[in-house]
Amino acid sequence: MAKRIDAKNVDIYYGAFHAVQDVSLTVEPRTVTAFIGPSGCGKSTFLRTLNRMHEVIPGAHVTGSVQLDGTDLYAPGVDPVAVRRVVGMVFQRPNPFPSMSIFDNVASGLRLNGVKNKGVLSDAVERSLMAANLWNEVKDRLGRAGMGLSGGQQQRLCIARAIAVEPQVLLMDEPCSALDPISTLAIEDLINQLKESFTVVIVTHNMQQAARVSDQTAFFNLAAQGKPGRLIEVGTTETIFSNPTEKATEDYITGRFG
Amino acid sequence: MTDTTRRAGDESRSGTVEAVADPLAHTPVGAPVHETGAVDDPAFRTPEAADPALSPVHDAVTSHSPTQVVEEHRWAARAVSLARPAQASPTEPPAERAGTGVKLATISRTGDLVFGGITRGTAVLLVLLVAFVGIFLLALALPSIRADHDSFLFSRSWQVSGDLRFGILGLLWTTVLSSLVALVIAVPVAVGVALSLTQYLPRRVAGPVAFLVDLLAAVPSIIYGLWGLIVFGPFIAPVGTWIAGVLGFVPLFRPVSDPKSTVFVAGIVLAIMILPIITAISRNVFEQTPRDQVEAALALGATRWEVIRTSVLPYGRSGVISASMLGLGRALGETIAVLIILSQPAPGSPFTSSIFAGGETFASKIANNASEFDTPSKTGAYIAAGLVLFVVTFVVNALARVVAERGVK
Amino acid sequence: MATATTSDTTEAQLSFRRPSGARTVKNALATVYVGVATLLALIPLVWVLWTVVSKGARLVFSSTWWLESQRGITPRREGGGAYHAIVGTLEIGLICAVIAVPLGVLGAIFLVEYARGTRAARVVSFTVDILSGIPSIVAALFVYALVITILGFGRSAVAVALSLVLLMLPVVLRSTEEMLKLVPDSLREASYALGVPKWKTILQVVIPTSFGGISTGVMLGLARVMGETAPLLILVSYAVGINFSPTSATMGSLPTMINAGRDVAPGLPGYDRTWAAALTLIIIVMLLNLVARGIARATKLKEK
Repeated sequence: MAKRIDAKNVDIYYGAFHAVQDVSLTVEPRTVTAFIGPSGCGKSTFLRTLNRMHEVIPGAHVTGSVQLDGTDLYAPGVDPVAVRRVVGMVFQRPNPFPSMSIFDNVASGLRLNGVKNKGVLSDAVERSLMAANLWNEVKDRLGRAGMGLSGGQQQRLCIARAIAVEPQVLLMDEPCSALDPISTLAIEDLINQLKESFTVVIVTHNMQQAARVSDQTAFFNLAAQGKPGRLIEVGTTETIFSNPTEKATEDYITGRFG
Repeated sequence: MTDTTRRAGDESRSGTVEAVADPLAHTPVGAPVHETGAVDDPAFRTPEAADPALSPVHDAVTSHSPTQVVEEHRWAARAVSLARPAQASPTEPPAERAGTGVKLATISRTGDLVFGGITRGTAVLLVLLVAFVGIFLLALALPSIRADHDSFLFSRSWQVSGDLRFGILGLLWTTVLSSLVALVIAVPVAVGVALSLTQYLPRRVAGPVAFLVDLLAAVPSIIYGLWGLIVFGPFIAPVGTWIAGVLGFVPLFRPVSDPKSTVFVAGIVLAIMILPIITAISRNVFEQTPRDQVEAALALGATRWEVIRTSVLPYGRSGVISASMLGLGRALGETIAVLIILSQPAPGSPFTSSIFAGGETFASKIANNASEFDTPSKTGAYIAAGLVLFVVTFVVNALARVVAERGVK
Repeated sequence: MATATTSDTTEAQLSFRRPSGARTVKNALATVYVGVATLLALIPLVWVLWTVVSKGARLVFSSTWWLESQRGITPRREGGGAYHAIVGTLEIGLICAVIAVPLGVLGAIFLVEYARGTRAARVVSFTVDILSGIPSIVAALFVYALVITILGFGRSAVAVALSLVLLMLPVVLRSTEEMLKLVPDSLREASYALGVPKWKTILQVVIPTSFGGISTGVMLGLARVMGETAPLLILVSYAVGINFSPTSATMGSLPTMINAGRDVAPGLPGYDRTWAAALTLIIIVMLLNLVARGIARATKLKEK
């Protein structure tokens, strides 16, 4: 588990609209990288190209390459479904499947990809729930509906679901923005643990969160209204927050805009 | 402290920050930064409170101008350094692409191809089916219409064996008349019920009452027909006779047939059948009257009726019209209730426009003569009648939709 | 607006004058009108149900009613039941559902999952609108002309079921479409992000999530077509005996049993049986309606 991501000259288009321009960055294995920037600057859009989720929208396409340890995810013949089995994603609003119990939710990735063996599924569910720091809270009610949990618990359930399929990379799109502060803290602690096994990329609009949680930070911004989003600067979190190279980065960090 | 010393010697900072780099070296112990932190983000505060190691090295009280801004800055950097004591230095150049690559599974496309194919195929099938129904019916009806010796639209006779002589005028009249009678009765009642449900009745009562009115729609039409024939017809016949007695000089109200089996009776039963749909839609529309319009009227001291008259009804007008047209469409297509109740006029009887006469609608005519569909030309005549009904119903339903859409504010 | 009174007393100044007489009268009249309308709406339901129940209850609550047919029974003779008609109604409804439900659900899946917003969806949607506007007699006539006149098959229960499909399909399709649209996109995204292909996402996430609503739509559609008489009049002949072969030319059903007995004079046993058949039909239809509503309430998708 935990591979390295190399994105080179990635441009993202929705039909004719140029959404994100020329992004190149590297994410080392077993680190946490945070994408920060003002709303609408392309950070979520770019995140979604790392597991080809943007292709769910008709007309979206990408030029450039994204490599996972040297394997190009956009090579001809590569099925996006295959990519998503190795690059997992957690979303902004917790979205457990309402028609399934807690157990079934966590097992869903495995089940829907053909795993039937009950023993294997049980082990995977227990392992994932423990890794998501949710096991103790739900171990006695695995058969109950996933929707009955609190927001923070639901999000941890979604994280457990994502890691149950043992992806190489875990993408998180503003995972805490719909949660209260206590739950947010719990998830941030969890991210710190998760990075021992996964490569994590997290989009956040909360700079302090990025500072707390990530090793590397990438700052995205729009050049101007109507222009594509761009990667302005990427570097270690310490550097970005204390010693950024670009003025725009510093302006954003210091709160002059955003 | 690594970062502060580093920062102090850092050349590449912007002027503002550099200016405050010096005082960092001997910062007095002051209040923890979160009290002057620029952001109110609670997430920003919590770790501070939780972590005693983050003690107040940074001072909030320096008097430099971009104070808050710098504090945030330094706090953030400090948080990073403390949270990550022994991190491998990320300044190592990522030169080695020593990755082993990722095994991307080959996904079988069959599932998507098969299922997508079935789904798209069904959609195509539906379109073809409807097109086929239309074309087929036209193909059968047109020859009969062309072979018709009478005028299709204006003749009242119906002779389909031997020479075709048929016209739909009588059918059209009875169908439209019975549906209009139903509409005239149902719409005022439906609007009244809808107002009662939304403006008058308390919630707890409105629920069950609405349920009961909706239940009217669940009763199959043959039961309405049976009830109309055996129970209601005889009951309401005297009323019909009385009206005919009073207004009989008007051709519309001239008594013609057995008062139990007239368009009048059928119209009332149809009204009962279309009441639920008009009520349900009107209720929906009235419920959506913008609160501020209602409250404006109330604030002016209006009585409840005045509120309704000035706010609810004008807002809901297009919705009620649309609902009425849908009800009309339903009444036009009703077969069995009308068939059972209406007395069939003897062939060759003179035309009467009265509601106190029997008659046949498009639907009942077709249903009554099911035994006659043996040759294509005969069947074609009946299909022609059915097509007229279909077209009229379709136009009414389409108009209802247009009115509903255009009226929505 | 309260108009100032001529009285100078504190009471008059403090109490708000009632609106003018004319306005009060109009308000009262409106209230009366609305009340009368509500009564007028409720009376027929109570009347019809009361009639059917009072005339039909005796027979319906006997066991022979549910177990015997009308073979050998004339309107003047007591006896027999509605078994042939009940099973006939259910059988025809079942055949219709077996065809209409898959077509309706697949059509709805096309509109929501594959073609949302495209021109193809608009065309299909318009087509379904046309279909939903076909009067039942025209649908029956179509099947007659095609299956019996042109293709030469005889009358049969299958023909009835086919025309009922034309009536039930749009109902199932539209309600399924509404239910599928209620499923939030975030659920689909979560499934895609796990590497689940689209077809499995639809079958194993979207449909189970909306299953309650889809069932409700199916039951309401069934309740509607089970009461349709026009196709039964034209496309099959009423049988008094038990005949469950779908391809034979005769089959009993509740609506046609009622229709066959509608002219029997009161006082004759046949009269009571007609009303009992009516009650039976209402029971079946109402049961379907209530179960549908129950399912709808139990499985309502909670809004976040």
